[in-house]
Amino acid sequence: MSQKIEISGYNAIPEEPQETLSMNPKKFALWLFIVSIIMIFAAMSSAYIVRKGDGNWLEFELPQVFWTSSVIILLSSITMQWAHHSAKKDNLGMLKISMVITFLLGVAFIIAQYMGWQDLQHRQIWLGGATSNPAGSFLYIMTGLHIFHLVTGIVFLLLVLIATFRDEIHAKAMNRMDMCTTYWHFLDFLWVYLFIFLLINH
Amino acid sequence: MATANLDIHDGAHAHSHDHDHEHEHHELGFIRSYVFSEDHKVIAKQYLITGLIWAFIGGFLSILFRIQLGFPEAKLFWLKPLLGGWIDDSGKLDANFYLALVTMHGTIMVFFVLTAGLSGTFSNYLIPLQVGARDMASGFMNMLSFWFFFLSSVLMFGSLFLSTGPAGGGWTVYPPLSAVKTANPGSEMGMTLWLVSMAFFIVSQLLGGVNYVTTVINLRTRGMSFSRLPLTVWAFFITAIIGLLSFPVLFSAALLLIFDREFHTSFFLSDLYVAGQALDNRGGSPILFQHLFWFLGHPEVYIVLLPALGITSEIIATNSRKPIFGYRAMIVSMLAIMVLSFIVWAHHMFVTGMNPFLGSIFMFLTLIIAVPSAVKAFNYITTLWRGNIVFTPAMLFSIGLVSLFISGGLTGVALGNSAIDIQLHDTYFVVAHFHLVMGSASFFGMMAGVYHWFPKMFGRMMDEKLGYVHFWMTFIGVYMVFFPMHYIGIAGFPRRYYSFTNFDFSKSFTDLNMFISIAAIVTFSSQLIFAFNFFYSIFKGRKAPQNPWHSTTLEWTAPVNPGHGNWVGEIPTVYRWPYDYSKPGAQEDFIPQTVPYAATPESNLPHEIDDEELYTDTPEVKSAH
Ligand code: HEM
Ligand SMILES: [Cu+2]
Repeated sequence: MSQKIEISGYNAIPEEPQETLSMNPKKFALWLFIVSIIMIFAAMSSAYIVRKGDGNWLEFELPQVFWTSSVIILLSSITMQWAHHSAKKDNLGMLKISMVITFLLGVAFIIAQYMGWQDLQHRQIWLGGATSNPAGSFLYIMTGLHIFHLVTGIVFLLLVLIATFRDEIHAKAMNRMDMCTTYWHFLDFLWVYLFIFLLINH
Repeated sequence: MATANLDIHDGAHAHSHDHDHEHEHHELGFIRSYVFSEDHKVIAKQYLITGLIWAFIGGFLSILFRIQLGFPEAKLFWLKPLLGGWIDDSGKLDANFYLALVTMHGTIMVFFVLTAGLSGTFSNYLIPLQVGARDMASGFMNMLSFWFFFLSSVLMFGSLFLSTGPAGGGWTVYPPLSAVKTANPGSEMGMTLWLVSMAFFIVSQLLGGVNYVTTVINLRTRGMSFSRLPLTVWAFFITAIIGLLSFPVLFSAALLLIFDREFHTSFFLSDLYVAGQALDNRGGSPILFQHLFWFLGHPEVYIVLLPALGITSEIIATNSRKPIFGYRAMIVSMLAIMVLSFIVWAHHMFVTGMNPFLGSIFMFLTLIIAVPSAVKAFNYITTLWRGNIVFTPAMLFSIGLVSLFISGGLTGVALGNSAIDIQLHDTYFVVAHFHLVMGSASFFGMMAGVYHWFPKMFGRMMDEKLGYVHFWMTFIGVYMVFFPMHYIGIAGFPRRYYSFTNFDFSKSFTDLNMFISIAAIVTFSSQLIFAFNFFYSIFKGRKAPQNPWHSTTLEWTAPVNPGHGNWVGEIPTVYRWPYDYSKPGAQEDFIPQTVPYAATPESNLPHEIDDEELYTDTPEVKSAH
């Protein structure tokens, strides 16, 4: 390792430059994407609060089914973690089962959110049009944006699911599984945040 | 040590690994190596060429509206072949099209030229080469980033040819003008395309920014600690972070605007009458849009400027043959600018009726930005001070940037006072301010970068003489164009007005306006010298040596025409900071970052020898000292 170099008659062992600090670039990039998604929702939340402060704000109850969807998505986080754990333990049968359940819970969440929208429509709370109010419009858009990101999460989940069926995910190949789990937990966290935010500020 | 390095490297390049394999076995086809390339150097050139084309388009649009402002009586029939119906039967430029021209000029210059063309080119080109990486963290995402930008460009360019014209609400697209389709012809399809195009642009910026930040943090070569990063890389790094935090906010604003336009929501609209008809939008707030927009908009001006400042730091140090003055102060002031840039946005909104107390808070925060900005300006001057200056065209453009940054920054301090801003807001004074400090300064940074790194990019030199002519015409030109605007602005003339001659108070400015327009035409024409020099030199320029400017940074240790992977063999290791120019006692007036201290006993400073002893523990070495 410490080979000698000879420069202008000067004998020395070259100083060892330090290895730079680094983590897996893809995981790191995922975190950066998460940061920018957080900024989208931070902008929405602050717009919501600023607009609400101006008055002329329609007061209405949030759809009850949002409670159900919250439970669903929390459950899906647990199954996701379970999948992650199974992959780490090389328990591939369990991995496939828990991934499929997570996927189904993700779809169920979207259906529940859709039912929430239908509930709003029954109560004449519209996205747009002459009788709409920004209070309702914000609700549709914020939940809609979350669903959009959840769909990207489901696509990611499906890709990893396919990979598990090809036996590409196991204790020694956890990268994709790690990232998928991180993203899924983030989406769960994002919904919990949105729900609490809306409960407090609706 | 070596194995650890390998491991990390494999992890880091797990993705590009398969590609490397393909390279070894067969040459990539034309499409994969020049069109859908994943090589950061090719992507950088794609950004550069697209950015330059946009610069000429954007500049040309400004000449069109300068003709209107400078020669309001002129008959413009000769423009009919180009503009068709936008020249009316009496030979005058259509007033709505005038607004569209101003809007497109601003959008193109701010986003496509000075954000994508500047950061896209130099972050892509220099980050891997200067931190010692084979490529960006994800070549694929990098390629996507360019093609999203390209798609966004195509949409924006297409909007120029709509029969209703492109967007006409100003580059800041304030509602209600932008939200109500009947407000202005440009608010129809033109505005829709603007919004879709910007949405793609934001995606492109996020993909790029994620890559830049990841690469700087994770792919530095051995020894390249943060305190040894060139200031260029620091600047690109900070710029990318600002972008990641602010572009998503613009995305939210654009999204809400799209809903207001297409789905009849009322986020930004309330109680409006258009042509005597009441609109049914209730309860929105146009001011809300301004908050969201400027939360991006102000950081955006630094996204545009910081890369240019980083490029300037590098070029001024190299060509003064001196270490940059205050390396750490430069980094700290960039970090300060990053933080402050997020909390000053409301200085664009002093006259929106906001609470005057809130106004004074934003005024206070705004004026604080002058401190780190001044630190940077002083550091450039002190670096130049008593330097052994080599006046290459790149150096001239860098010095020009410092000049423009100071003269434009001073007027910023005036505008930052909320009371003075009541008079000056939305006048030509603001136009003068930001064209000097942002437009011209960043453009000079871009030109400096092109002249300086051209040999690395294309393996050939640009012609110096033409470079000098280009510099002096541009430098004198931009002052001729933008300096007189201060006076027009102080007199109170608003920006974005179609005609000066309609008002008594501004009629007296006809001569000055004519002068500005002529100066603008001359300055614009002199860019053709650059275009010729650029394209001619790519094919016919003098062959470049490996390190033409005797620079210390890593990119000059790569081959003259680096291939995919940048260095043949091992990636170089870094032993010192990048500014060892004219070090007392050294044999040459620069010591590349790859030279260990052990090889330069004649010029090591006491603490550097200490450093070295930390690394070496054999007594044999100590006795050698
Ligand atoms: C000393 C630091 C600076 C201060 C105190 C300052 C202050 C201001 C203020 C108060 C305005 C609003 C004027 C108005 O609309 O009435 C303004 C406009 C503007 N500034 Fe600065 N500025 C500074 C530096 C910069 C820099 C470095 C850039 C760009 C790199 C920049 C770019 C702009 C732009 C683009 C606008 C106008 C945007 C528009 O309305 O279209 N400024 N500046
Ligand atoms: Cu600003």
